[in-house]
Amino acid sequence: MAERLLSVEGLRVEFKTRDGIAKVIDNLSISLDTGETLGIVGESGCGKSMTALSIMGLVPIPPGRIAGGRILLDGEDLLQANEQRMREVRGNEISMIFQEPMTSLNPVYSIGNQIAETARLHEGLSRADAMARALEMLQAVGIPAAEKRIHEYPHQMSGGMRQRVMIAMALACKPRVLIADEPTTALDVTVQAQIFDLLNDLKEKTGTAIIMITHDMGAIAEMAQRVVVMYAGRIIEQAGVTQILTDPRHPYTQGLIRCVPHLTRNPTVERPPLLEIPGVVPALSQLGSGCAFAPRCPYADAKCRAEMPPSRAVDSGHDVACWLTEREAAA
Amino acid sequence: MSDDDDILLDVAHLKVYFRLPRKNIFAKASRVHAVDDVSFQIKRGTTLGIVGESGSGKTTTAMAVMRLTPITSGAMRLGDTDLAALEGEDLRHARTRMQIIFQDPYSSLNPRVRAGAIVREPMDLMNIGDPADREGRVADLFRKVGLRPEQQALFPHQFSGGQRQRIGVARALATQPELVVCDEPVSALDVAIQAQILNLLRSLQDEFGLTYLFISHDLGVVQYMCDEIAVMYLGQIVEYADRISLFTEPLHPYTWALLSAVPSADPATRARADRIRLQGDPPSPIDLPPGCRFSSRCPFAEARCVQETPPLRSIRPGHAVACHLVSDDGVPPQRRS
Repeated sequence: MAERLLSVEGLRVEFKTRDGIAKVIDNLSISLDTGETLGIVGESGCGKSMTALSIMGLVPIPPGRIAGGRILLDGEDLLQANEQRMREVRGNEISMIFQEPMTSLNPVYSIGNQIAETARLHEGLSRADAMARALEMLQAVGIPAAEKRIHEYPHQMSGGMRQRVMIAMALACKPRVLIADEPTTALDVTVQAQIFDLLNDLKEKTGTAIIMITHDMGAIAEMAQRVVVMYAGRIIEQAGVTQILTDPRHPYTQGLIRCVPHLTRNPTVERPPLLEIPGVVPALSQLGSGCAFAPRCPYADAKCRAEMPPSRAVDSGHDVACWLTEREAAA
Repeated sequence: MSDDDDILLDVAHLKVYFRLPRKNIFAKASRVHAVDDVSFQIKRGTTLGIVGESGSGKTTTAMAVMRLTPITSGAMRLGDTDLAALEGEDLRHARTRMQIIFQDPYSSLNPRVRAGAIVREPMDLMNIGDPADREGRVADLFRKVGLRPEQQALFPHQFSGGQRQRIGVARALATQPELVVCDEPVSALDVAIQAQILNLLRSLQDEFGLTYLFISHDLGVVQYMCDEIAVMYLGQIVEYADRISLFTEPLHPYTWALLSAVPSADPATRARADRIRLQGDPPSPIDLPPGCRFSSRCPFAEARCVQETPPLRSIRPGHAVACHLVSDDGVPPQRRS
């Protein structure tokens, strides 16, 4: 039933900065099947959002530059598509929910208008039909009294409501791929749980594939089937969600999972200190020839600092780029 | 940890109301009940956590304790000092004993002042120690929070978010306070950096015997940091318990819902059938419904809940809850049937 919908192959994105060329995304390959949720995790500055923007064709050029690779949507290379074709794709076949529901809506148009705009542009619906579609979408995302609220403006709604409006807008043309960039970081936990339920529901009903970008492993566990862990523009580990959570192989993935105080239902009196990942994500212009994580890695040796580790499969569907697993495999 | 009777901060019946502008000159003035009859105590050397969603009044409570927002009524004692009655110069001096670490390390440091001067300023203002020794103390504080003393000459923009928060911590410790209010100290930081700051706060607590009032919306962080926890909803404490009881036996349906809403990396927790999903958003704190404030979202609400406000009553020593439906022997509604 699941078929390959989107695949990114060997994508490279570079930015020209004062300090030279920064490789924002380096040799990134991911794939997405219909009805699947792919999670992308990592700290800020590791290229998660840039991956999303590349797929949407929204990388600012210049200073950005797509240096190589292909982004295939049903076999069509979006990197070769012209701007007119990309406008058809954006919002219609691939749409995106942004992180900040407070700032991503236009304050001077009613929300009904903003949702209807998408439908009118892409499907050429009449004003009345588009408003009917907007109403239908608002009901689908669970906004109470949608007939009344459709005429309201963003400032009249709470954060959770605005995020629902964003989702309604993104889904108005029934896209096949939905990219959610930290969709719930600005929201309260109880509202976050509602949004997750909503996204899972919509996915089941419409078969929309979701790319979920987050730094929260809990959110990944709740939503995703497969997980890609990024660090400094590269994929360092990629596996099914249970494999990542129960058997993380890369020291960075292990750190990301263990450095967060996870809520447990049976806390003990003892509270061992949290594992720390020392230091911060390096500036992209400072990357050397070795593994980008080596300066922060407790297991790093001379080889890690000198040479970039290749990605290798440690299990079916579980790829890791780390010299440590190379050594284990050799032993 | 410390003596049972050694209470550093005692807050009783604290109320903070904000007046709203009238809609027209004949309209009744309405008020936001940001904090409504909140009482708690913190023992010296321990951490009290306040959790709740946005708009629950947790930050206003912290600001009231710091005397950074006018209080409507209530009593607050810091040790032997009547904090609520202090004014003017006395209040300014009392501030040496309580300091705050802010949420956003980007906007809480003056971008034009060097890091060393930021940490030194409270000592100069409060006239703490010999001016000649202050330089050494600043260097010492830098080391204590995990920065290098030579970084004093840098400006805030030259530090990462985690390092800036360390400067904020050093500044808060400069006056050798007894009480440190931490207002969401890690929520603006990257996941991998949060652990560094949380571990730092805990080791400083051990070293200096600090008392923390810790405000957070993240239950995982609260579970890691706090000894006692107050759960707030719309300006009131709905449950108050020690760390173990709150997380193993949450009594209030709202606490239960909060715990079940946290996305879990553990498949066993996710599969639990007794998770509650709340509908809708919290009601506005301006037009409060009568009765229990949670009744409009509570899946167990009965007629009584809509009419009578439930008092905060003690179920077991150290565990209090404000809910009509929790029986006297401590069976919450979500455990029945």
